[in-house]
Amino acid sequence: MAVSLAFHIIFAEVGIAMPLMMTIAEWRWLRTGDAVYLDLAKRWAKGTAILFAVGAVSGTVLSFELGLLWPGFMRYAGAIIGMPFSLEGFAFFTEAIFLGVYLYGWDRISARAHLASGVLVAASGALSGIFVVIANAWMNAPAGFRLVNGQPVDIDPIAAMGNAAALSQTVHMTIAAYAATTLAVAGIHAFVLRRRAGAPLTEPLAHFHRAALTVTLAIGIPAAILQPISGDLSARFVARFQPVKLAAMEGQFATERGAALRIGGLPNEETRETPFALEIPHGLSLLAFHDLDATVRGLNEFPRDDWPPVMIVHLAFQAMVGFGSAMALVAAWAAVVALRRRALRYESTDRWLLLALIVIAPFGFLATEAGWIATEVGRQPWIVFGVLRTRDAVTPMPGLLIPFVLVSALYCALGAVVVWLLWRQIVKTSGAS
Amino acid sequence: MSWASYLTPAALVAGAIAASLNIYALTAGADFGGGVWDLLASGDRKDRQRSLIADAIAPIWEANHVWLILVVVLLFTAFPPAFAQLMTVLHIPLSLMLLGIVLRGSAFTFRSYDSRRDSVQRRWGRIFAITSTVTPLLLGTILGSVATGAVGEQNPTTGSSFASVYVAPWLSPFPVAVGVLALVLFAFLAAVYLTVEATDDALREDFRARALWSAVAAAVVAVIVLVLARSEAPLVWRALMVGNAAMVLRIAATVVALGAMFALWRRSYRAARIAAGVEVSLITWGWALGQFPYLVPPDMTVQSAAAPASTLELLLIALVVGLAVLVPSLRYLFKVFKAGY
Repeated sequence: MAVSLAFHIIFAEVGIAMPLMMTIAEWRWLRTGDAVYLDLAKRWAKGTAILFAVGAVSGTVLSFELGLLWPGFMRYAGAIIGMPFSLEGFAFFTEAIFLGVYLYGWDRISARAHLASGVLVAASGALSGIFVVIANAWMNAPAGFRLVNGQPVDIDPIAAMGNAAALSQTVHMTIAAYAATTLAVAGIHAFVLRRRAGAPLTEPLAHFHRAALTVTLAIGIPAAILQPISGDLSARFVARFQPVKLAAMEGQFATERGAALRIGGLPNEETRETPFALEIPHGLSLLAFHDLDATVRGLNEFPRDDWPPVMIVHLAFQAMVGFGSAMALVAAWAAVVALRRRALRYESTDRWLLLALIVIAPFGFLATEAGWIATEVGRQPWIVFGVLRTRDAVTPMPGLLIPFVLVSALYCALGAVVVWLLWRQIVKTSGAS
Repeated sequence: MSWASYLTPAALVAGAIAASLNIYALTAGADFGGGVWDLLASGDRKDRQRSLIADAIAPIWEANHVWLILVVVLLFTAFPPAFAQLMTVLHIPLSLMLLGIVLRGSAFTFRSYDSRRDSVQRRWGRIFAITSTVTPLLLGTILGSVATGAVGEQNPTTGSSFASVYVAPWLSPFPVAVGVLALVLFAFLAAVYLTVEATDDALREDFRARALWSAVAAAVVAVIVLVLARSEAPLVWRALMVGNAAMVLRIAATVVALGAMFALWRRSYRAARIAAGVEVSLITWGWALGQFPYLVPPDMTVQSAAAPASTLELLLIALVVGLAVLVPSLRYLFKVFKAGY
């Protein structure tokens, strides 16, 4: 399941952000009449189609896997948290319908109807992502029921959806999807544009890549700059509701007033120390509680049985923050260049900026995977935080290694084909038309 | 008990699940059937048959596929214990079916976007066609195994052997026969739809012949399923053989099946399409109502496996609102791409 999710989260991110890129490109085309934007819209539509198909089937796999691997979880949680999945089903349905209209309807419907269906694809794609993240947020902050003799009663699905983690997690994940995808695509175009240095402004190939950068960075710059702010929101949620996860993320063993923020470091569960870290005094208290002297509860306060694997959570969290900060810095740089030029336009002469964009291209996806590991592994040993342990939720069927290996192999193959096809469809032939 | 007393929120959600399965069979079922005919494409017009199938499926298969996702989410939201039981005991066939679904969808998409070179196209086409054949077989087997009651009887936490809990319930004659029935019916539906959508008469005749042959095959397999039901799936047997309602259903199914064949014979393709759709719907509902009120026989009923009322009521509201968005959208989709057929 983790393997399916690790791939699905990327398919889903691209599936959420690419329709927005394609719709903006089409809108630019309708506004400016510049055919390069139509070309872009059509290319990104192909990318959306490939990702949507793969995202759709891998999403199907996941909806079944919930039961195939975690029947205990579904028996317990289905009635409480099935609701957002049902709503996601409808949002996804809408997306499928209008994507069909968009992809195959270029010549069959009016330009406005076509653009509108693109908007609907982008909106319902974002919405289905939000519903799924709400369900995940519930696993971190269960709500909407009472436990009587270990059984959930007084079930209130609306309250479950309005759980304490829902807002911060959905905002964080949605922005992540836009930032990661658009900056990844921007990196590819930056790479080609950089090699066109010295070509005249009117050259079609350079024109194409400049236009692509304009659209992707129009989304990517604000997303990457906003992400640390939403990350702060998420971190403060974790600090209040899941102190044990925060302690693991930070490698904080002792309970301290005015705790320091660690950068780097290798937590050791045996000695209960995190050596090799750069410590910023009072930093953690400040970030987690917006108070220099706030008390941060350390892992030592919690039973050893309730600890997540500290090393993995700490390193994954650090990686996410590192990648995210680098993206925010480069985005700010790109924003400054655009402000100075008074136009969201980049030239092959912006050599250092283009280089930076190339370097950070994979960072968004890496940060997503790292962040996902931090939040999921950080929740262990619980599948529903504080309520249901993972080992009590797993299927009783023996020999789970076989489906695991099969699913992993399948997804690796799918991932490879998708990357190859995207390259073929969007990049390799670009500028030829 | 009178019929009105069955109209509980749980029964309504169960009805919505049956309806989604029915629509899934009519739409996505035909997409799978198209893959079967891709596999069996033959004669001088082989390539044109394949491209007709691809054009018919391309804009709509993803939307059609979502009906199955709807079935799954409705099932786990409204009937969590039933879902947990099905997913545990049927782990193997469900995983294989998923494998089929993933490969079918990806291969179809990859074929559209990969190189036009023949060898590349043929490789994806092969995967698409084979998985289109295997997946309905598994889907039918899964539904058939639930109807026998064998799935509901298993208790994985007792010490029974792996084979008796995870294999025997579905690997027996009745479920497999239902799998074959699903496959043949889907192929039949696809062939009938394609007679309407064919671009010229030669292609139309190709699919008319296929539709007629698969109609005959479906009748034969249906009789075999019925015979096997007597010993293996008494619930289904009773629903189809005992009482007046069963007789009405039998007569209706026979009349509609003959009507579809007659219409195909007369080349009234639109009428044949309606009859084929009604036939598949009758079979779906005959099975669903026959099994009612059991969800996972022999013990779990629609009531006993249901989630609390608060969840069911909200789910019904969501269904109504969702359908209010979906129905016009779907109508638009089919109007844009299937108008004139």
